[in-house]
Amino acid sequence: MNNIIILPVIIPFIIGAILILLYKRHSMQRVISGITMFVLLALSVFLAIYVYQHGTIVLEVGDWKAPFGIVIVADLFSTLMLLLSTLVGTVCLFFAFQTVSQDREKQFFYPLYLFLMIGVNGSFLTGDLFNLFVFFEVMLISSYGLIVHGGTGYQLRESFKYVIINIFASALFIVGIAWVYSITGTMNMAHMAQRVSELDQTGALNIVAIIFFIVFACKGALFPLYFWLPRSYYGPPAAIAALFGGLLTKVGIYAIIRTFTLIFNHDVSFTHKGLIVTIAGFTMLLGVLGAVSQFDFKRILSYHIISQVGYMVMGLGIFTPLAVAGAIYYIAHHMIVKTALFLFAGATQKITGTTDLKKMGGLLGTHPWLAWLFFITAISLAGIPPLSGFFSKFPIILAGFEEQQYVISAVALLVGLLTLFSMMKIFSYAFWGKQKHTEEQAKIPVGKLLLPILPLVALTIILGFAAEPIFTYSMEVAEEIMNPTNYIESVLKE
Amino acid sequence: MELLMSIVIGIIFSVSIYLFMSKNLLRVAVATLLLSHGVHLLLVTMSGLQRGASPILSFDAEAYTDPLPHALVLTAIVISFAVTALLLVMSYRTYKVHKTDDLEDLRGSADE
Repeated sequence: MNNIIILPVIIPFIIGAILILLYKRHSMQRVISGITMFVLLALSVFLAIYVYQHGTIVLEVGDWKAPFGIVIVADLFSTLMLLLSTLVGTVCLFFAFQTVSQDREKQFFYPLYLFLMIGVNGSFLTGDLFNLFVFFEVMLISSYGLIVHGGTGYQLRESFKYVIINIFASALFIVGIAWVYSITGTMNMAHMAQRVSELDQTGALNIVAIIFFIVFACKGALFPLYFWLPRSYYGPPAAIAALFGGLLTKVGIYAIIRTFTLIFNHDVSFTHKGLIVTIAGFTMLLGVLGAVSQFDFKRILSYHIISQVGYMVMGLGIFTPLAVAGAIYYIAHHMIVKTALFLFAGATQKITGTTDLKKMGGLLGTHPWLAWLFFITAISLAGIPPLSGFFSKFPIILAGFEEQQYVISAVALLVGLLTLFSMMKIFSYAFWGKQKHTEEQAKIPVGKLLLPILPLVALTIILGFAAEPIFTYSMEVAEEIMNPTNYIESVLKE
Repeated sequence: MELLMSIVIGIIFSVSIYLFMSKNLLRVAVATLLLSHGVHLLLVTMSGLQRGASPILSFDAEAYTDPLPHALVLTAIVISFAVTALLLVMSYRTYKVHKTDDLEDLRGSADE
């Protein structure tokens, strides 16, 4: 039974390797990769339910005992993230079938896609810090491949910056690993957590904690390390931009939440309530101001990723069970909604041939379904009840006021308002007003394109109306990760 | 020995940061290469150098050197090798497409 938790890493690896051999036959590649993603989705649903019912599953790879060998751990938080990532991966893949051009499909698009899934799934499941680095690299190298895929001038230019910032962050990751190894003498995260609480070395550990925070902040696009994101996510096709926007930054956020609840919880008043909350406030505010100033569909959405990553980190920074539960709910909401919005941007681009809002208009008249589905998702992002955005922001801000963090809570409320403003800007420019696209463009059917997005829109409505059970679930996840003894005991078997 | 290594690592880091700041594509690529060498040396040094006999080969020693950092650094070297290869290809393609290796010219215009 334990072996099943390595499957989300092994399956895409084997299938991806097979797809390299089949690179000339792209209809076959589509079928195989589609089936693989469905299998992964079913597997992660099963794992989420199984772990919820039976508790944490631990696999000691190669039967090397816990603190010495590599462990794969599936607890509530990692199975939830696994479920969300495979959901986003499946949806984006089916969108990619219809939008990615044949030239790009020929150049190992699907193998790279599956290799990206290995890295993402592995990062969620691993219980070993160095192994986390390795899976991060697997994910990043595939993402370098995908972000530059197609090789247009714009992509090459901006991807170079993306690659450089990530290589720099990875180097810092190894620095952090070296230091934490010299302090604790272990790589196993559970063992490390145990040693950290015994050691009482606050000064040295704070430095290591900040190094790790910088590393993950680089991947998760936090202030002041977010500058690469809007430009580099603009280049690749919509399916890839949606996958990156929904998935990649959240892997960084997952790593921050995991390390800062499990390992670096020795000095909460400095790291969480001081550093993380401050950074979260700046991230939210500057991200949303960037979005307000833009007039490009994809750019606005990219800046919104930054501002919303701030909310998740703010939930962690306040560090009460309610706030962390809110952050987890927010991750779920954000991954679903943000992917859907990027895919809507792709669908509008297919109709109008542009992402510049000033050159669009009147899509409501010619494509009403697209417009209304976008409207639902956009107001969900802004946090209008009864959609999921409201129920994910509410607990974070409530916890902020309860903990007397008034400034950050006020910033969060203001950011919500500005989010609504910029979403309505997209709606009024692109969908209202005079029709600016030609009659031929008005006849382009988007029904098939909307089909993969529909489940995401349905989910944001469900997450809103079924907030009670889902919030109870995220509350349980939050209590489990806030209290790391369960994780430590299940890994070290004490 | 650790002190000497620390100084060497510091020098490598500062040279690499200096190269990162330059405007030339290739110099930035070399900077990432140097940076990865620096962190690999750091990883080996931080766990202590040559504390005893090599493990597995000899069974009668008093103390053994910790083998884990060596395993880690091997993995890290392989990864940085792959990333550097990819980065060089990307720099070359960028140079081919944009006909320049000056990062100042690769900033992109403000209205995009």
